[in-house]
Amino acid sequence: MIQAPKPDATTGEAVIDCDLKELYYGSFKAVRDTRIPIRKGEVTAFIGPSGCGKSTVLRCLNRMNDLIRGFRFEGHVQFRGNDIYHPGVDPVAVRRHIGMVFQQPNPFAMSIYKNITYGLRINGYRGNYDEIVEKALRGAALWDEVKDKLRQSGLSLSGGQQQRLCIARAIAVEPQVLLMDEPCSALDPIATRKVEELMTELKKKYTIAIVTHNMQQAQRVADQTAFLYVDTSQGERTGHLVEMGKTEQIFEDPQAEQTRQYISGEFS
Amino acid sequence: MNEVLQGPETRQDIEALLPGETSILQLQRSLRKPRVLLSIFLSLLVTVLTVFALVPLFSVIFMLFYRGGSNLSASNFWSLPPAPFEEGGGFGNALVGTLVMVGVAGLISVPFGILAAVFLAELGPNSRTATVVRFCAKVLSGFPSILAGVFAYGAVVMLMGGFSAWAGGVALSILMLPIVMLTAEEAIRMVPSKMREASIGMGATHTQTVIRILLPTAMPSILTGVMLAIARAAGETAPLLFTALFSNYWVVTNNQLDLHQPTASMAVLIYNFSGVPFENQVQLCWSASLVLVLMVLVVNLAGKSFSVRTPQR
Repeated sequence: MIQAPKPDATTGEAVIDCDLKELYYGSFKAVRDTRIPIRKGEVTAFIGPSGCGKSTVLRCLNRMNDLIRGFRFEGHVQFRGNDIYHPGVDPVAVRRHIGMVFQQPNPFAMSIYKNITYGLRINGYRGNYDEIVEKALRGAALWDEVKDKLRQSGLSLSGGQQQRLCIARAIAVEPQVLLMDEPCSALDPIATRKVEELMTELKKKYTIAIVTHNMQQAQRVADQTAFLYVDTSQGERTGHLVEMGKTEQIFEDPQAEQTRQYISGEFS
Repeated sequence: MNEVLQGPETRQDIEALLPGETSILQLQRSLRKPRVLLSIFLSLLVTVLTVFALVPLFSVIFMLFYRGGSNLSASNFWSLPPAPFEEGGGFGNALVGTLVMVGVAGLISVPFGILAAVFLAELGPNSRTATVVRFCAKVLSGFPSILAGVFAYGAVVMLMGGFSAWAGGVALSILMLPIVMLTAEEAIRMVPSKMREASIGMGATHTQTVIRILLPTAMPSILTGVMLAIARAAGETAPLLFTALFSNYWVVTNNQLDLHQPTASMAVLIYNFSGVPFENQVQLCWSASLVLVLMVLVVNLAGKSFSVRTPQR
């Protein structure tokens, strides 16, 4: 049995400290023994086979799992030192600081402009929307493509543009952390490349955590990589962290045998 | 169709084919094969039965245009119903009465229907309450309309002491409510869950998600449901017989809408005039029928046009 290594807190400041001892959906134990610190100003990638709990862990970080019936866990998720699962914490407020981009591009059925300002409007922000819209769209490298059609429906864009619109929508409210759940899996290689370049740009301002199936993508964009694997030994499919470290170290000098086999494609 | 395909291939060519190769002759369409014949027969059968099914609808519409269209005049729309042996006249008050009562019914059923739908689709889709409410709504949508009239008679007419447009509106709203509720629930459920997630993920509360994302996205389909409900209510006669009765006068007098009087409606006018021996009234009955059918048709088409614009993705 391989023990999850203790997180190394010496480099960088952990914005989110996620420690999931046991996580259940109803009676199904989905994740165990997973401790992942998300460091400030870095891209942290979660890799691993399907069903290993990558998305589950990511969705714990802004309490999206609250929407799922029967979800509970033991452990803690701290955001800048505060437990976000404390009974006094409002999950809605958490999500305003920790934004999320989903696997499928999911713009609202409204204009591009209104998509971007949605987060501002629900927060009751009154101010110069035009400026923020331009800034967010520039930030998501979409401004030049849509600046003349801001009143068109967000659904009229191509898949890659829709995904960048969703990123723009997320950064318009200036979150501190951006969670991305396989943001490129529904995109073609060109659109994927654009989103990856964008991530490298975005990490100057935001801390990013990304789930990906694509190991080359993790190598291209991530500073830290966490490898999760699924344990079927007790008859259940329980995901757990195998090892976490700097991306180069994980890919060039993996400490655990499972990691080595996974990244060399010996099993999938 | 069954001519022999011309090609370079002959019998010898087929025999000379290598295993795994297919000749064009083997792909030829043949009318002698039983499954081809069965397919043609069933296609014809389906077409013929479809045409038969449309015969009643088109013959009714044809009769209405033929009998009702010939004498329809503009003055019908702003005249009061004629007395026996009186010439001219119209169904103006009945038209206004129908619009007013359907309007009242809509004002009652649409808010309740949509709010109930939000509960069914969002707040407690699997709760016991939702199961019971959904079951009741389905029963209510097949509810005999005359019983809606009897209920409104007991609940409104007896209470208010007379027949009125209010009572008619309440009776019609009972028929509209389940249609609005069930179509709106379906419409809200049809909003892709990824939009719901996106909104929650942006830090929106449940209320904000419902008001700003779910309802606007579902609105075209909800309006279709409302239009279908209006079309149904506009054509109902039975619930109005006990509640609004009929009137030979306008529902608007001296520029004031009086909802506390017996009120005329197209459906009851048709009912009243269809069995009388007076030629002019019977003629008016045909014209009114045509107008009512066209009204329902227009409302249905309007409803369809909303749903066409529903974003598909």
